[in-house]
Amino acid sequence: MSSQNGNLLSVKDLRTYFETEDGTVRAVDGISFDLERGETLGIVGESGSGKSVTNLSVMRLIPEPPGRIVSGEIIFHGQDILTLSPEEMRQIRGKQIGMIFQDPMTSLNPFMRISKQLMEITQLHLGYDKDQAYRHAIKMLDTVGIPDAEARVDSYPHEFSGGMRQRVMIAMALSCEPELLIADEPTTALDVTIQAQILELIKNLKRDTGTSVILITHDLGVVAGMSDHIIVMYAGKVFEQSPTRELFAQPGNPYTKGLLKSVPDPAHEHGRELYQIPGLPPDVAHLPPNQCPFAERCYRVEDICRREFPPFVKLNDEHFSLCHFAGEVYAQSRVESDAKTAGANRRVAGTEASTGGGTQR
Amino acid sequence: MSTQGIEAGGTGNMPPTLMPEAGAEPLIAIRELKVHFDLGGGTAWDKLVGGSPVKRVVKAVDGVSIDIFPGETLGLVGESGCGKSTLGRAILRLTEPTSGQVLFRGENLALLSERRMRQYRRNLQMIFQDPYASLNPRMTVSQIIGEPLDTFGLARGREGEARIRELMETVGLSPRFIKRYPHEFSGGQRQRIGIARALAVDPDFIVADEPISALDVSIQAQIMNLMARLQRERNLTYLFISHDLRAIRHVSDRVAVMYLGKLVEIADARVVYDDPLMPYTKALISAVPLPDPELEATRQRIVLQGDVPSPINPPSGCRFHTRCPWAIQACKDVVPPLTEIRPNHFAACIRISPDQPDIEQVAPGDAPGLRNPGRIIAQ
Repeated sequence: MSSQNGNLLSVKDLRTYFETEDGTVRAVDGISFDLERGETLGIVGESGSGKSVTNLSVMRLIPEPPGRIVSGEIIFHGQDILTLSPEEMRQIRGKQIGMIFQDPMTSLNPFMRISKQLMEITQLHLGYDKDQAYRHAIKMLDTVGIPDAEARVDSYPHEFSGGMRQRVMIAMALSCEPELLIADEPTTALDVTIQAQILELIKNLKRDTGTSVILITHDLGVVAGMSDHIIVMYAGKVFEQSPTRELFAQPGNPYTKGLLKSVPDPAHEHGRELYQIPGLPPDVAHLPPNQCPFAERCYRVEDICRREFPPFVKLNDEHFSLCHFAGEVYAQSRVESDAKTAGANRRVAGTEASTGGGTQR
Repeated sequence: MSTQGIEAGGTGNMPPTLMPEAGAEPLIAIRELKVHFDLGGGTAWDKLVGGSPVKRVVKAVDGVSIDIFPGETLGLVGESGCGKSTLGRAILRLTEPTSGQVLFRGENLALLSERRMRQYRRNLQMIFQDPYASLNPRMTVSQIIGEPLDTFGLARGREGEARIRELMETVGLSPRFIKRYPHEFSGGQRQRIGIARALAVDPDFIVADEPISALDVSIQAQIMNLMARLQRERNLTYLFISHDLRAIRHVSDRVAVMYLGKLVEIADARVVYDDPLMPYTKALISAVPLPDPELEATRQRIVLQGDVPSPINPPSGCRFHTRCPWAIQACKDVVPPLTEIRPNHFAACIRISPDQPDIEQVAPGDAPGLRNPGRIIAQ
């Protein structure tokens, strides 16, 4: 273990591009964030926003070519992992950084017994002998709540259900007690009652082991209950960065506000139209450089948004927003959330309907 | 208590309506509908060659009775494998029902010949989940939307093209794209094409099977709003099938919950979410993550143990008893009937009854539903 306090992971101005026939896709374009020990960071975005590429960059798993980490630093444990050799990186992956992917079936080897797949990791990284590794595999399955672990450890992946396979993935990811767990849409392929089980499991494991977690998802509900901080990504950029509670209570970016309002509210009134962000996500290969990538879909758009790339505005010590009008949007959110807490029955979605202007014809 | 079936009361061909306002005629009345898939096994031959020693049947839909009223959106939720999509497909006879009735304006669709059924499809349309797989990649938008117009001889030539343009505008697509192919559109736009195709024949009833599940969050809202507007303008009736409980709540007037081939609860959407009665529904609703950190921090979740059992030879009695925190011995033996626990609120659970609707208050081991089931609408 290196320095006890401070950041476990620091990503600075990361840029990951892909060369395609269609031109250069700037999948991740200048992203910076810090992750403290024991913290959970949620990365939220729609498809194509760059959230998964960010994760793959941190793992150094970008396929090259066509991908390329063009610039930036990824400081893990005080060491820039972009300068490490592939062999050194392999030492970190699986040992200090564990990963869980969306689809457990394609991430597990279908021809290999679960026991073997779990043993491989500890034999490789911790130097366990066969016996130790086997016992550890059973212990891990038990930890992630697989009933009768001893009897099932020699099963093949297809003998497990989707939720069980995801538990196996988590067991693998946590085998070496990593300091960082990256979970990329860990529950998207699962049913809602199974999703609740898996999220509960990640939460408990995090509490017991103190692992830091990066949780990547498109589901605002999932990050609301799981993360301490949230990054909202759009078109390869960080659009907003904030502590979780503040992001939901007082968003400072029009895109975040739109996303929050377009999710059906559990307390909603029937028959009321949902707020909708108009238009489509942009084509990242053909983004004009000198404008806000969200301008065409934004309710607060002005000429300047189409002329100049927006600044990353500091709203307070921990809250940042990429917008020409970040301060105004933030203040407006404050007014709305005050109105809400003051007991006005108008839900946020309703008060904004008139300014939204996003009603589909 | 195995063959109680539908409560008596209706005479002649039409069974009694199941909700809501008295006097309203259902557009679609489904009675004891079963869709079973035979996987074989259990024969002398199977024993000889080492096949399954028992006959294996997937009871995807197993005795479902429900009414769908004109102009309403009935939301159908459940987890994968519960039979919700099969039910939707069986109504339109895209999957053949094994037994039971699907009454559309009094006519039993389940008994119609292929040919007569084809005529009825003009009234009954479907929107599919995957806007990539459900559109023919070799057809232009004009051909895709025009095909049903052609099939039913509704409009041809110039008139047909005018209809197609009008339909494209209706669903928010620019008629400029009429000669384009599906791959030139995004997922949300393709779903609009699928909706335009369903609307082309001016149907009364649309089964929408996971219409927003493949779409991004910001696009989901667009499609839900579009469907709501079309419903108002054209007085459409929807069966909206989804596993997304937040979306279902938003779009539905009433919500029906399925578990392993059975309906386990039906009520007004708000009632199902605010006051679920059946333990499975309680767990399902409590498992939905809410986009509100304050609420999430204080919420009590019912986290179910274990997985959904296989629909092949499902559990006896109440199919939920293997995961239910309130299950007692009787739950393993008795198939709970769908019972009217409160007015227009039906649930299938023997541990509750009209007198004791709250399972938390019921004495341990007691099954008041066995003593006083009240009105039963289906087994």
